[in-house]
Amino acid sequence: MVDRTFAIARLPGFATIAVTVFVLLYLPIAMLVVFSFNAGDSVAIWEGFSFRWYPEAWSNEAVKAATWRSLQIATAASIIATTVATMAALGTTRRRQTKGQSFVYLMINQPLMVPEIVTAVALLIFFSTIKVATGYQGLGYLIIAHAAFCTPFAYLPIRARLESMDLSLETASADLYASRWQTFRYITLPLVMPGAIAGLMLAFVTSLDDVVITLFVKSAGQDTLPTYMLAQIRRSVSAEVNAISTLLLLLTVVLLTAFFLLTRKRT
Amino acid sequence: MTADPKARAEVRRGWLLSAPALVLLAVGATGPLLIMLVYSFLEPGQYGNVEWVLSFKAWFNVIMNRDIFDGTLTFADAHLSIFWRSAKLALLTTFFAFITGFPTAWFIATRSPGMRTALLFLITIPFWTNLLIRTFAINQIIRNEGFLNTFLLWTGIIKEPIVMLYTDFAVFIGMTYVYLPLMVLPLFATIDRFDMRLLQAGYDLYASRWQLLRYVIVPVVKPGIISGSILVFIPALGAYVTPRILGGGRNMMIGNFIELQFGQGRNWPLGAALSVVLLVIVSVALIVYTRFATSGGNKHHG
Repeated sequence: MVDRTFAIARLPGFATIAVTVFVLLYLPIAMLVVFSFNAGDSVAIWEGFSFRWYPEAWSNEAVKAATWRSLQIATAASIIATTVATMAALGTTRRRQTKGQSFVYLMINQPLMVPEIVTAVALLIFFSTIKVATGYQGLGYLIIAHAAFCTPFAYLPIRARLESMDLSLETASADLYASRWQTFRYITLPLVMPGAIAGLMLAFVTSLDDVVITLFVKSAGQDTLPTYMLAQIRRSVSAEVNAISTLLLLLTVVLLTAFFLLTRKRT
Repeated sequence: MTADPKARAEVRRGWLLSAPALVLLAVGATGPLLIMLVYSFLEPGQYGNVEWVLSFKAWFNVIMNRDIFDGTLTFADAHLSIFWRSAKLALLTTFFAFITGFPTAWFIATRSPGMRTALLFLITIPFWTNLLIRTFAINQIIRNEGFLNTFLLWTGIIKEPIVMLYTDFAVFIGMTYVYLPLMVLPLFATIDRFDMRLLQAGYDLYASRWQLLRYVIVPVVKPGIISGSILVFIPALGAYVTPRILGGGRNMMIGNFIELQFGQGRNWPLGAALSVVLLVIVSVALIVYTRFATSGGNKHHG
């Protein structure tokens, strides 16, 4: 019976297209990674295996500064985003639906609906006024901007987690004379934790990847790794960018694998 | 409405818990959009920024030009052609992503459970991979001295490298490549729920494979098709990174043109007005989508 279903579900040409899509999806990325190990300058002609681009990229002070800045922003922004998203998720799930809730959903998901360039321009206008008024030029603007657009990514897995949670556990805890805080600390929080960690990782990756909003919000000399790479790509192509890309790619794959394992385990 | 004090306390607690998120998004996303709207009604400042004088010039300039010598009005051809190119490229990207994404999603959904998870993961990785890196990878493949041209020259199929980089074609290929996962994931979600017994029924009634696709599969997975199309169309229309890296300076899309107003163009009000236009187009697309998705959903329940 199962075989029969599979036979009828097969549509002519679909498998060929699908396999082609998978190959084409990975071929460019694979080439990028392969040529980060090229001994020569070219990104198309193989001149032998070499590790030279990695230490070369790392000895570049600009790369080091941009990496450090990217990590600082991503860490701060993802922690802020996850904290507010967890609170909002606790406030909006597991109770009767009200009008206010759809407003909260709309606000939190707003960064997903507005084109990035529009948000970037709006933030440029807003923050440039504040920069002039206060004289503060630090990373704070980037952290606030990143935290805002990372919030929906943190919110979604936390909300999913809370919605699948068994409410009777909290009721039981209350029946056993636990205080509100104790219930939260010993029942709710441990159960939410996998969702919060998953949200934190998605927020971190999202912040680390951002180009457009960073480009408009940053002050002079505040390049993150992606904006540094964008500037490099414009100038000339060197395998140094391939090496940086490969490392970023590796980081993304590691975080995503962890995310998958974390969210799959208990379902 | 909620006279019951316990329920009211619950509502208040909900608002209190949501407050930090709302404040963050008001400062870092929604509020600035309103300020941008105000800026679109001001005069451009000489060195960028604005003069606080009420003016409708920016909105007027979105579609019209006043000749500086004799004051005649003409359509702003340059602006219109950029709008047209953006719309055309975004639609082409959406269409091509659907043509390739649908068979892919179908293929994934009809595999064994283990294989399905693996393939889904393979689609998800590019989705979360830095957009810049993926666009850059395409750049390296199609540039004149890139892998594709080097390979074709080596095989002798071509004598001269084919110029692909910095063309509309490059932007189209690049956008299809980077936004394809956004098409495949929602399509997979609906196909996964598709009852394969419907196909069996169709076969029993002597339907051809093409008829099954046209009259059984497509109507049922329509919500997924609409979601996928919207998810691809919106970022494609407002794309900035991909046209910048693959389209070069001449083949601008709206996103690049908006940036120009805040750089060399020194016309912040025009940039703000163009951003509002983009936002309105996207909002209309989203509203149409919500209407379609809900009406489609009701039909299947009824």
